[in-house]
Amino acid sequence: MLSRTAANLYWTGRYMERADFLARILEAAIRLAALPAKDDPAVTAWASAVASSGVKAAFDSTGRTPSEKSVREFLAFGADNSTSIKACITRARANARSVRTALTIELWEAINGAWNGLNEIGEPTRRADFINFLDFVKSTSLAVEGATSRTMLRNDAYWFLRLGMAIERADNTARLLDVKYHLLLPPGERVGGQLDYFQWTTLLREVSALTAYRWVYRESVRPWLVADLMVLNRQMPRSLASCQGMIVSYLERLATDYGRRGPAQRLASARLARFEEARIEDIFQSGLHEYIQAFLSENHALGAAIHDQYLI
Amino acid sequence: MTSAFDEMTGDGSGGVRDSYRALASWLELAPPDLLQARSRQAELFFRRMGVTFAVYGDAESSERLIPFDVVPRIIDMEEWAHLERGLSQRVTAINAFLRDIYGPQECLRAGVVPAELILTNPQYRPEMQGHRPPGDVWCHIAGIDLVRTGEDGFYVLEDNVRTPSGVSYMLENREMMMRLFPDLFAEHRVRPVDGYIDSLLTSLQDTAPERAGDDPTIVVLTPGPFNSAYYEHSFLADKLGVELVEGGDLFVDDDTVFMRTTEGPKRVDVIYRRIDDDYLDPLTFRPDSTVGVPGLMAAYHAGRVTLANAVGTGVADDKAVYTYMPEIIRFFTGEDALLKNVPTWRCREPEALKTVLERLDELVVKEVSGSGGYGMLVGPAATKAEIADFRARLTANPNDFVAQPTLGLSTAPTLDGGELCSRHVDLRPFVLTGPAESRVTPGGLTRVALKPGSLVVNSSQGGGTKDTWVLDV
Repeated sequence: MLSRTAANLYWTGRYMERADFLARILEAAIRLAALPAKDDPAVTAWASAVASSGVKAAFDSTGRTPSEKSVREFLAFGADNSTSIKACITRARANARSVRTALTIELWEAINGAWNGLNEIGEPTRRADFINFLDFVKSTSLAVEGATSRTMLRNDAYWFLRLGMAIERADNTARLLDVKYHLLLPPGERVGGQLDYFQWTTLLREVSALTAYRWVYRESVRPWLVADLMVLNRQMPRSLASCQGMIVSYLERLATDYGRRGPAQRLASARLARFEEARIEDIFQSGLHEYIQAFLSENHALGAAIHDQYLI
Repeated sequence: MTSAFDEMTGDGSGGVRDSYRALASWLELAPPDLLQARSRQAELFFRRMGVTFAVYGDAESSERLIPFDVVPRIIDMEEWAHLERGLSQRVTAINAFLRDIYGPQECLRAGVVPAELILTNPQYRPEMQGHRPPGDVWCHIAGIDLVRTGEDGFYVLEDNVRTPSGVSYMLENREMMMRLFPDLFAEHRVRPVDGYIDSLLTSLQDTAPERAGDDPTIVVLTPGPFNSAYYEHSFLADKLGVELVEGGDLFVDDDTVFMRTTEGPKRVDVIYRRIDDDYLDPLTFRPDSTVGVPGLMAAYHAGRVTLANAVGTGVADDKAVYTYMPEIIRFFTGEDALLKNVPTWRCREPEALKTVLERLDELVVKEVSGSGGYGMLVGPAATKAEIADFRARLTANPNDFVAQPTLGLSTAPTLDGGELCSRHVDLRPFVLTGPAESRVTPGGLTRVALKPGSLVVNSSQGGGTKDTWVLDV
């Protein structure tokens, strides 16, 4: 396969995943902003939405201050935000379009449909319309994922799409956890208090995992168990360990198909091995924030290794 | 202008023509809203599939659908037999002409075409002098534009032998029609068009460099997603089952072309290129080209790679060279041209220029190097100011222009706002050439001017397309 084709597929996977993540972040922010609290919860909620999307610097540099209007606009449609929902879907579609021949008709229609829908819906300002828009974004990522899994041949095109999706998902989950742990609780709010509790449940809801949490732990929501679910639990499809497992298996499939392992495979397997030994107590002991920062930079390094090995 | 020949009703004196009889009675019986409903269905489907083209300089909608008209254009067996012979004769002659121009130049010595018209032509590539492409095929893919003015009056309006486009619409339109109107196909014996892809693959394989062996690696080279015909490039690569590459995917090492793949470099033997000569290789042609491949021409001259079409074919479809096509055909095939040229004044000749200037308001004046319906004056439809402007340009550079009478292009029934109306059409059949022969796919792209009375069918100027049926009875 052409390296450019592989790169386009990989980035199509990443952008679609990211669009979905942003829709979830925004949905959570709307929910959090509606909470009663001592300080103005709305400002905190919108500020943390920006931070968890990893675009705080870009947001601040535009001179905006966090508010429902400014954050919604920036994260969903911002012409000056190169990773807004709109930008992600547009780029995913542009990438897919330039590798049309590597996609099934079903998958192309799902991605093109997302883009057509985006243009039809426009940029809703009323909150109810905006929530419908977010629902639309989430439904397109389900359609894309479904079309990918139901119709694509299990060859390199598929593995690169999946690989991009898994790398992006790992990144997103890590950022989400980090921001909730550090930024969200306004001064004067008690850890373990009502707002704290609500924030953790919102986090779970954000990744469609509130019910899963109850099934797995059978107790009320506690930070270290949420972290356990999101970091180490292999049953949880968004956990860092699950993402890492997927990354390794996709890279191994590529290695088998191509008959050659390389730095990306070695890096990924080594990291997976560390997950198998990790315990959430130890992670908390040495600091969840530090753990996540280290994960993010390793994830970045792995992305670079994949790039060097296959995409140029 | 007298009223035009109509594909369905002829000159209007004898009722419906035989080839259209079944369609006409079907149209009569069809429920009133059916055609419009089908038409909407087609548009929805094309949009979903992303069958679009880009319009340059149109920021608002960088991707548009070419309007598709659901009423087919029908050609009967006898008409087609005539066209097929004429087209294959013409393309055979064009290939022989190119072989000669870049070889012994006998046709120039014999005075068939003025030497200076060729040798100073911007489309003439001196780099190609003495070059012999694999299989000695120059123009693998040709699209010849035909117009019709009467029962037997088919004319060649233009030869397209550089990188002709439109074939994806020929194929997609047929797919669409079979989906929308299966019952109509049951009533007509329509010759299939999908043999085009196999035929194209064969032409490309058969003209591969010798060392490529039995299974040459073929690619389609596109300027990229921003090109107006990008959809077609990806469509063709997909149907051919080959990679769609951009310039940056290829590199040349030791006069051999490779593509960058996830498994390392892979040798490329045949390039169906949809990039103009000028942009192919920045080391040989325009140095500012970012879509080409540095060193490609060296590999080409070393005989290590086939380019389809060959470099330099543009010298054969220039609008000035066009006027000599009847002589070129006679010289190279020993036969009279089966398909007529539209009578054309060469403005480079003073007598002709004088006539043209006198009759600007009734003629069509074209730039010799123009294409896509740009840079052209349609006298009867032009304003006084436009005519004055053209008069000035024409007087300043007569060599750049040719002029033709305004042809009464035939019309065909076309859906407009739910009503069947007469709209002018042309036809672009596609001709493929391998080492042994030229083959014509039965059908082609019928382009239709959607505005009442308009003669401009180009998609860049708002024209639409129709499926073209060649009957097998």
